[in-house]
Amino acid sequence: MTGPQPAPGRPGAPPTGDVGGGPTAYPDGARRADGLGEPAAGGGPDSSGPLQRTSETFLGMPSFQTAARAALANTQQRRNLAHATATIRAKRAAVVAEVDAWEELRVAGAEAKDEALHHLPDYLEQLEDNLTARGATVHWARDAEEANAIVVGLVRDRDAEEVVKVKSMATQEIELNEALEAAGIHAWETDLAELIVQLGHDRPSHILVPAIHRNRAEIREIFLREMGDVGRPAPADLSDEPARLAEAARLHLREKFMRARVAVSGANFAIAETGTLVVVESEGNGRMCLTLPETLISVVGVEKVLPTFADLGTMLQLLPRSSTGERMNPYTSMWTGVHDGDGPQDVHVVLVDNGRSHVLSDPVGRDALRCIRCSACLNVCPVYERAGGHAYGSVYPGPIGAVLNPQLRGTASDVDKSLPYASSLCGACFEACPVRIDIPSLLVHLRTQVVDEASGRSPEALGMKAAAWTFGDHRRLEAAQRAATLGGRLLGDRTVRNVPGLGAWAQARDVPTPPRETFRQWWRRTHRDEDREDT
Amino acid sequence: MSGAREEILGRLRAATADVSTPLGARGEPPVIQAAAGSDHETLELFAENVADYRATVVRCDPGGVAGAVADALARRGARSVVVPDGLDASWVSGLGGEVRVVADDGLTPADLDGLDAVVTAARVGIATTGTIVLDHAADQGRRALTLVPDQHVCVVRADQVVHDVPAAVTLLDPTRPLTWISGPSATSDIELNRVEGVHGPRTLDVVVVT
Amino acid sequence: MTTGPTVALFATCFNDTMWPEAPRATVLLLERLGCRVVFPREQTCCGQMFTNTGYADEATPLVRRYADVFGPYDYVVAPSGSCVGSVREQHAALARRAGDTALEAAAEASAARTYELSEFLVDVLGVTDVGAYFPHRVTYHPTCHSLRMLHVGDKPLQLLRQVRGIDLVELPSAAECCGFGGTFAVKNADTSIAMGADKARHVRETGAEVVVAGDNSCLAHIGGILDRQRSGVRTLHLAQILASTEEVPA
Repeated sequence: MTGPQPAPGRPGAPPTGDVGGGPTAYPDGARRADGLGEPAAGGGPDSSGPLQRTSETFLGMPSFQTAARAALANTQQRRNLAHATATIRAKRAAVVAEVDAWEELRVAGAEAKDEALHHLPDYLEQLEDNLTARGATVHWARDAEEANAIVVGLVRDRDAEEVVKVKSMATQEIELNEALEAAGIHAWETDLAELIVQLGHDRPSHILVPAIHRNRAEIREIFLREMGDVGRPAPADLSDEPARLAEAARLHLREKFMRARVAVSGANFAIAETGTLVVVESEGNGRMCLTLPETLISVVGVEKVLPTFADLGTMLQLLPRSSTGERMNPYTSMWTGVHDGDGPQDVHVVLVDNGRSHVLSDPVGRDALRCIRCSACLNVCPVYERAGGHAYGSVYPGPIGAVLNPQLRGTASDVDKSLPYASSLCGACFEACPVRIDIPSLLVHLRTQVVDEASGRSPEALGMKAAAWTFGDHRRLEAAQRAATLGGRLLGDRTVRNVPGLGAWAQARDVPTPPRETFRQWWRRTHRDEDREDT
Repeated sequence: MSGAREEILGRLRAATADVSTPLGARGEPPVIQAAAGSDHETLELFAENVADYRATVVRCDPGGVAGAVADALARRGARSVVVPDGLDASWVSGLGGEVRVVADDGLTPADLDGLDAVVTAARVGIATTGTIVLDHAADQGRRALTLVPDQHVCVVRADQVVHDVPAAVTLLDPTRPLTWISGPSATSDIELNRVEGVHGPRTLDVVVVT
Repeated sequence: MTTGPTVALFATCFNDTMWPEAPRATVLLLERLGCRVVFPREQTCCGQMFTNTGYADEATPLVRRYADVFGPYDYVVAPSGSCVGSVREQHAALARRAGDTALEAAAEASAARTYELSEFLVDVLGVTDVGAYFPHRVTYHPTCHSLRMLHVGDKPLQLLRQVRGIDLVELPSAAECCGFGGTFAVKNADTSIAMGADKARHVRETGAEVVVAGDNSCLAHIGGILDRQRSGVRTLHLAQILASTEEVPA
């Protein structure tokens, strides 16, 4: 028992360098218990856990606004995303409207997650006890490398050369596929969208539909070009009909399902009270992976815990309607350890921290850990719809990514510093969130963190301080207004076509010039009799 | 292993040191569900919602199950069907010699892949979502049976259908493997349009026994 | 004349300085409806620009100023959903962040008495027909903070429907953000413009000659794009249409 970690270095400093060697550098229990030598970020008053280390894939990502500028020019992606998000928004709205007690469900969902998060160590211990009692083996991983080392070790010990995978955000986050490939183990993604991304040597851009940025014609081309290299080729006469594309995936993957000895999954929920793991899916690829192989390894973020089995009565109403916009997703699997004579007899669960304890240490920011990865916030976000998922520089895009990534990874990098600003604060995400994460307020909270960590001498900071001084007293404001209205009277017309310093803002918009008379000047002119004390 | 475990639990304890509410302070999880009308309305809603997923719904009395099962298999031209050990034998008694009935005596996934269909009972049906839940008791068989063959004929008794999700959760035993099925296998991964038929059974026939 | 309540006008710094037509129309409208309107001169800014850019320390003194200036009044009315949203949703939190419990209580008290214009008209004065006349084709953009922070619902539309002569047409995808977002329009100018261009397109699809909203910041953004396109659509604040009469048209 090591207790809270001391946080060397000044609060808010970026993580310093490597946390260790390759995957084998972390034999169980051999890790220093000093917070991995990383300073904690200044997220909360008591930053206990270390930050997540940014993976190779996303190191050096440009800021959101830079990446978004390029993405906005990708006309194919713009069209694909506009079509797909409009479709799912309409579906979600229809099935949510069917539920009279939707708001009560949201509150109950938030309360269930909060109960688990506020007492996470207790519920994790309960989960572990129940899993162990039912024949599963529980592993604990402080970070991505440790989690990957555990999974690679388990697969190697079973002499397996390949694994089939259920779509899982946690394994994407830790980049398990890359770690397995580096160890000479093939990892086959079996979710259709993940398969499209994997075959296309692409990156996911959406939580639910990682290939949302691809349309049917692009998917057909990828299948025809790539499937043959890794297994059964696509039929030569493949059309771009969605049913034909799904059929091609069925045929391609079936041989892999039939022979696979090891499967890797995540979990949507892990029930502390019973030790039950839950996977919510559509295609049946999840059932294949969870049922047919001898060994099942589930990589589960520690925040996936729910206190009781009864909480599923709430969550299984909230998640499908928010996620795919269906009353219920086609398939949900629940398993509790090992079931005699049914499914994998060798069951492992890897509980992963990887920055979550850091997020949990911020009493405001921890609400983001309620997230059940439904992606409703992405689908309703006007920024996501236009900029696409890749600009967020993480496997977690969209509004939830904009709050989660800077908390998990800190706000030292260009992209993480910019993400809290990647929102117009329109509030559509909060309204759609099934577990009531107030994403706009969290974004503002993180903006304050970004500003607090900056030098305070940037042009923006100096401008803000000057403006705050002006607004600090109405006489100063009035003096500034006199200067402005003088300018307005000189310019005459109420429109200017370009303003130096406003950059792109003024390139596509006309900017109003100040009026000849401010409101308060008018008030004094017209109302001085009634409010003499004001003049 | 204990090093990582203790360290993570320690971090999480430190991170939640500010929490003042005691464990379990929220009490029993609330049960929030749609108001149910009559049993008849619930059953109608169940049938409507199952059919909405493009599953086939057929209603019959107890004496009509064998005929309904035979019809469902004939519609898809199934030539072989696997049945779990505990299935009511009368349900497949109506099958003619052209359909081979196979008992599950430890069939491999490849064996199952060579069979056209499976017939099972169910544990519970949910009306508001059109869901059937299997708990893989003897009349439903182990999970692979209802997964690999391309057609699933599922017989649900009217008294097994509950109105909403929380009612189903209360009836289920978490120590059993559970599979919730809402329509045939489907995907929304291509332009977010729902397409039926990927890896699970592409045909789902639900026989409601009233 | 003044049979109604005394109302302290919170003009908001942006309207005061850049769009005085909206608070002026608010004064004329409220006075026409029998209210006594006062303008506490010490008011400046709600601080939203600072808060939403991350400058909480700069915003906190403005929370104090707002509570001091408007504390004495039972009704504070502002022609801006966004600024009222900041007062209601952010002021107490800023005080809490600063560890000032007295200010938190004062901020909560003043927030509870602060109304966006359409809320005050419909909920407090209980009117929807304010005696306006505006014979033009108009489409209404419900700004994000009015819609999702204040939940004003269709109150602005209830008011607009009673305007004599108006040809009110529905805006497609009305609830979607125009892309202004304060600091967002500067820091993410490209995405902001992409959103604004779609909003302007929807406005033009309606064939309206006027787009109306409860926030001049959003209107400045939408109007800036419409002007650049020489679209023949002008922007007006809700208060301006509601204040408009045959004698003094907007």
